Parts: sequence; C-alpha cells; structure tokens
Amino acid sequence: MKLVMAIIKPFKLDDVREALTPLGVQGLTVSEVKGFGRQKGQTEIYRGAEYHVNFLPKVKIEVAVPSDLAEQVVEAIMKAAHTGKIGDGKIFIMDVERVVRIRTGELDAEAL
Amino acid sequence: MTGPSMQHNKSPRRLVRALPFVLPMLALSAPAFAADAPKIDTGNTAWMLTSTALVLMMTIPGLALFYAGMVRKKNVLATLMQSFAICCLVTIVWCVVGYSLAFTTGNAYVGDLSQFMLKGFAKTWNNDFLLGGTVDQTIPESVYMMFQMTFAIITPALICGAFADRMKFSAMCIFMVLWSIIVYSPIAHWVWSTTGWAGSLGVLDFAGGTVVHINAGVAGLMCALVLGKRVGYGHDNMHPYNVGYAMIGASLLWVGWFGFNAGSAVAANGRAGMAMTATQIATAAAALGWMFAEWMTKGKPSLLGIVSGAVAGLVAITPASGFVLPGPSIIIGVVAGVGCYFFSTTVKNFFGYDDSLDCWGVHGIGGIIGALLTGVFAFGPLYGGAGGSAHQLLIQCAGVGATLAWSGGMSFVLLKIIDMTIGLRITRDEEVEGMDITLHGEQIV
Repeated sequence: MKLVMAIIKPFKLDDVREALTPLGVQGLTVSEVKGFGRQKGQTEIYRGAEYHVNFLPKVKIEVAVPSDLAEQVVEAIMKAAHTGKIGDGKIFIMDVERVVRIRTGELDAEAL
Repeated sequence: MTGPSMQHNKSPRRLVRALPFVLPMLALSAPAFAADAPKIDTGNTAWMLTSTALVLMMTIPGLALFYAGMVRKKNVLATLMQSFAICCLVTIVWCVVGYSLAFTTGNAYVGDLSQFMLKGFAKTWNNDFLLGGTVDQTIPESVYMMFQMTFAIITPALICGAFADRMKFSAMCIFMVLWSIIVYSPIAHWVWSTTGWAGSLGVLDFAGGTVVHINAGVAGLMCALVLGKRVGYGHDNMHPYNVGYAMIGASLLWVGWFGFNAGSAVAANGRAGMAMTATQIATAAAALGWMFAEWMTKGKPSLLGIVSGAVAGLVAITPASGFVLPGPSIIIGVVAGVGCYFFSTTVKNFFGYDDSLDCWGVHGIGGIIGALLTGVFAFGPLYGGAGGSAHQLLIQCAGVGATLAWSGGMSFVLLKIIDMTIGLRITRDEEVEGMDITLHGEQIV
C-alpha cells in the first residue's frame, strides 16, 4: 500500500478529485496549508508599504491506495494539477505499513 | 460654515416663501405663542435631522470599518471599539460642556458655560434660535446641537488611525475626552461661532477642513511621534486584515459625507445642492488621482489605493464645498488624491514616522490642500463674499497655521501628561499578541 501526498494549487483541487474518482479511489483527505518552494512568495503593496509574503496558501491532499494503483494516481494528479507555471506543487509517495478501519476493525487492503 | 457665516446666506425670500404657511398658524395659535413659533423651517429642519444621522453613520460604522479593515487581524475588534467608544464618550462630553464651549458667545477664543448640560433647552426646545445671540437659525437648537455633535464625534475618532495597534484603551479614553474639551471645542468656536476670531477674520471653512481634518490630522501626527512606531514596523508583515472592510467603510464615509458637507449649509437650499455636487465630483477625481499615481509608480492599481484617494478627496473638498463650482472641484480632488498619495507613501517612508493608517497623510494633508485651495477657487456669488484671491489665500493660511499650532501643541502636551501618569502604550507582549484579546478579551477566530 502507498500513501500519495500532493501539494497543489488550491484552485486545482476539484480537477484532481475528478481525475481520481474514475480510478476507483475511495477516499481523500484535504488540508489547507501554507508554505514555500522555488516559487518563494509574492509581494503585496498596501499604500506604498511592500510586504513579502513568504508562505503561500496551498492545498495538501492525501490518498492511500493499493500499491498497483499508485502510479496511475500519481499520473492523474500530475496531469490534473498541472498549469506549467511555477508553484504547481509536488507529489510525495510513501509506503504504508498498516491500515485499520475504525468502524469494523478490517485491516490493510480490506480497509482501503 | 456650519456656523455663523450663514448670515450671508439669509435671504428675505425665505421669509416671503414661508408667509402663506405662517399666517394661518399665527391666526390659530395662542397669542403668547405667536412670537416664538413661526420661524422654524420644516424643510430645513428635516434635512438637518437627516444630515445628522448621515454624519453619525460616518463614524459608526463607516470610519470604524475603514480603519478596522486596514489593521492586522489581532487588532480588528479593538479598532472597531475605539470609534464606538469615542462616539459614546464625546456624546456625553458634548452634552455637558463641549457644545457650550464651542457655540456660545464667550470671547474670540472659546465660548462660555451658559449652555452647560444644555440647560437652555428647557426653555427653547421648540423655538428657532439665535446662534451666539445674533445669527438667526431656521432650525431648533436641539437639531443644530446634534448636527454639531456628530462632527465633534468623528474628529477625535479620525485620530485613531495614527496610533493604531498600540495605544492603551484607558489612555485613549482619557486623551479623547480632554482633547475634545481643550482642542476641539475652542477650534470649532474660532471658526464657526459668531464671535470666533477665525470666522471674524474671514477664514472660509464650509464643513470642517480646519476644524475637523487638519485638527485631527496634526493631533494624529503628534500621537505617531509621541507613541513611536509599532513593534516590527518596516520589517514585519503588517498586511491588512480585510481591505473589503476598508472599502465598505470608505463607501459609508462617502455617502455620509453628503450630510457632512451639504448639511453644513444648515438649510435645504441651492447651496446645499452645490456642496453635494462639489463633494461627489472632487471625491471621484481624487480617487482616480490616487489610483493612477499608484498605477504609474507601483505597477498596480489597488482597491485600498482607490478608496484612500476617495477619502482624501472628501477631506479636501470639505472646506471648499459650498464655496466652489464644479470645475475647481475636479482640480481640488486631483491635487488631493495625488498629494495625499505622495505624503502617505514617499514622505512617510522618508521620515520614518509610523502614522499607521495615514491620519496625517490623508486628513492633515488633504485638509491643508482643501483649506488653501478654497482661498484660490472660492466663487463669490455662492456665499455673498469676495471670492478667491491672494488676500483670501493668506487668510486661509492663518486659519491653517493657527489650527496646526494649537492642535499640535496641545495634543503633544496632553499626550506627554498621560504618558507620564498612566502611560500611553500597551506592553510589547500585549502588542505582539494583539489588542483584541489582551485589552478586550475577545478575538476573531
């Protein structure tokens, strides 16, 4: 099992969700986060006072999938979240040791 | 000219027009009543009741939202609180002594205590009244007093822009009460009462360029200098909580300003209409002036920029409305929009004072621009005077200079006294945590 975690531009969230549903992805966790990468930040000007905003708002999505589905999920996210401009984000893929469904106690693949 | 120069404006025609209504009333009313009753003009009174409500709306919620939108999230409620509390405090001060010190006869510098606690109202509440015992008004004194009260409220509330994010609430309350009595009432008396020296000298200030805006502006500058900069000024990110609030606040100010300026005719007449016209035109011109100046120098036209420009235009046309024609209104607006932009950005940064929300940069500078240009562009027939001239410009300079000196000097002294006794400024930790939670026990989540 793999955990695919992606940091994307906030307005791309719906595109990503729509791309994942047909693959059979059953669940998705979304968080609003702030951070910086190569994009650094942006400059805001209020009455001549310039502020450099270091941490830009992004959306983090996390989706746990069977290992054989991971590549397709990564590709789908990559395609859906792509704008070609700096700040599109990153995808991280991690191994998952165990999964437990709280309601039934099912484990691993059954619980996904 | 919320005050005395109304005399230029009094025309016999008003009485003639009123006669058909007056005569039947005389016939019907009891003899003892007849001498008093007829002179109140219902049209004028209705407009002044309306104007009073409009000007109060400028402070709560207009100015409160305008300022609160520009401070950081942790200080939004405290900033709203300042305007609201000042509204309540000054209402009481104005009732007890403020109105009396400003608008009774007294001497050339300050009124007397003959209207202490508004005690005269018990007898005169249903009469027209003689301002300063000489200038006949066509509205009840209660309405005149209330209209003036809303000006007395907004003026100290404007000062809050200069010390945003860092003044103790207790110190602010004491400062505002003393400032209202020692600074505002005398200056209102100079310019608008029948006996004040500035009005007698011929200083033209239709709705408060000197009394309200230069007065608040220079007091704000003193606050910024005495209190010092906010913690982190110049390097921390101090981006505004919600520029949308500031836009709503500025829009309420704009609408309310029709009461402020057109109401200062103290009548529903042609001059009120001209004041309203000039106000609208100058405001739009100033908003565009600021917007284009910012666009050219910083690359983007900002919402905060265009609304700041509108306020600058409202300020600058305040002394001039009622004296100028539409053409000069555009000039006054553009000069104010570009001038205030320059002062609130370049000049402020050059000198390094932290006039946080540009009380001096917008109200002080805008007020001076408006007061001086009134001396240039005044149109004689509009007020039965001589019109703009080099001589009038000099008289305007005297009004501006005296206001800067008295307000600046007395504000400085008051601030120093409060600083030495109870202290002006919140602690560094309180400032970092934010005034909402540390001073008021509330916060926006």
